[in-house]
Amino acid sequence: MAENTFMLEIVTPEQILFRDEVQFVVAPAVEGELGILRNHAPLVAALKIGVLRYKDAQGQEKKIAMSGGFMEVVDNTVRVLAETAEHGHEINVLRAKAAAERARQRLMQRDENINHTRAQLAMQRALARLKAAGVNIDEL
Amino acid sequence: MAGAGVREYKRRIRSVKNMQQITKAMKMVAAAKLRRAQERAEASRPYTDTLQGTLARLAAVAYDVRHPLLESREEIRKVGYIVITGDRGLCGAFNTNVIRAAIAAMDKDERNVQNGVIAVGRKARDFFKKRGGVDAEFVNLGDNPSYADAREIGRYIMNAYENEELDEVYLVYGRFINVLRQVPTIDKILPIEPPPQEETEEKYVDYIYEPSAEDILLTLLPRYIGSQIYHALLESKASELGARMTAMNNATENAGEIIDTLTLEMNKVRQASITDEILDIVGGAEALKKGGK
Repeated sequence: MAENTFMLEIVTPEQILFRDEVQFVVAPAVEGELGILRNHAPLVAALKIGVLRYKDAQGQEKKIAMSGGFMEVVDNTVRVLAETAEHGHEINVLRAKAAAERARQRLMQRDENINHTRAQLAMQRALARLKAAGVNIDEL
Repeated sequence: MAGAGVREYKRRIRSVKNMQQITKAMKMVAAAKLRRAQERAEASRPYTDTLQGTLARLAAVAYDVRHPLLESREEIRKVGYIVITGDRGLCGAFNTNVIRAAIAAMDKDERNVQNGVIAVGRKARDFFKKRGGVDAEFVNLGDNPSYADAREIGRYIMNAYENEELDEVYLVYGRFINVLRQVPTIDKILPIEPPPQEETEEKYVDYIYEPSAEDILLTLLPRYIGSQIYHALLESKASELGARMTAMNNATENAGEIIDTLTLEMNKVRQASITDEILDIVGGAEALKKGGK
């Protein structure tokens, strides 16, 4: 292991999405973003829907969209458990845009039959995926 | 003419051979799918293990935390059973065994309670519909149940539990031991009993909890339910495929035996008819000889 790197593991119920050495991680914790460097103190944090950023061993910054979960840091290993997670470069932007649009329309309708919280969560997930894919969401 | 008998045998042998080809193909398909299912079960392990470990640790730290999903109820009125079977048959006694285990558990319960069934898989649904109805059904999950399926089932039971429609929930599924053995298993999933912390030499680590151990524990509970159900779905799928593989293997072997028996009988009939014909000819020739004198 290089001087300044540590292990990052992104684990979902269906697979280990990512497992490699990184230099820096920024995770979307419930109370704001949380940055992790090598030799971080042991930590367990709840994460929300959002984008996790990391700098790989070569110093390149990458993004991963995730729907909430939690993160455990111990002995220079960061393990992130998320129900779903996707690499930014693998996200289908068109589909994510369509999902965001669907959620937006659902939020606009004041229909009793529509579960507002669920629509809001769908919206957050779609936005996180767009952000991770590198789309500027202010332009939407 | 005895030729008709032989033709009949040939026809039967051909039809058994066709069946054998089908069972053989089904066996191979099940074997290939089983490998996939086992890989998926393997791939889900890191998530499940980490979640359980963290939950156990959190439960030890935040032992006084209160949450409806953790609370055992004094009065139990209705018990829910999530019965997981396959959508299709032709897998030996697999589906029946799971259903039977669920019914046995209901009968054994001596408290005066109502039972509710959450049927997963067409076989469970069809059975319990005839037997008094199901509370909810999740069918056509296919050969690759996804975590999203598990989460949906989890959402349903957590809702029913929090609305006090159900006071206890059990999972009934076939646990995969190996291709020849699948054991019907019953696990209690609600109220949640956090897994006990493992007694290992693992050094004690003083974690920082962000925001707090209680809050993290509460966000973990629904995920824990989801991962347990997902695990059961995967186990059940592997069991079903294993059972189907064994059943189809037996069927293929039985078909082979039937073919052997039929072939033997056919040859006997054919030889008997040849012998008859020879006797006829010999008899005729003798008669001619006598007549010629």
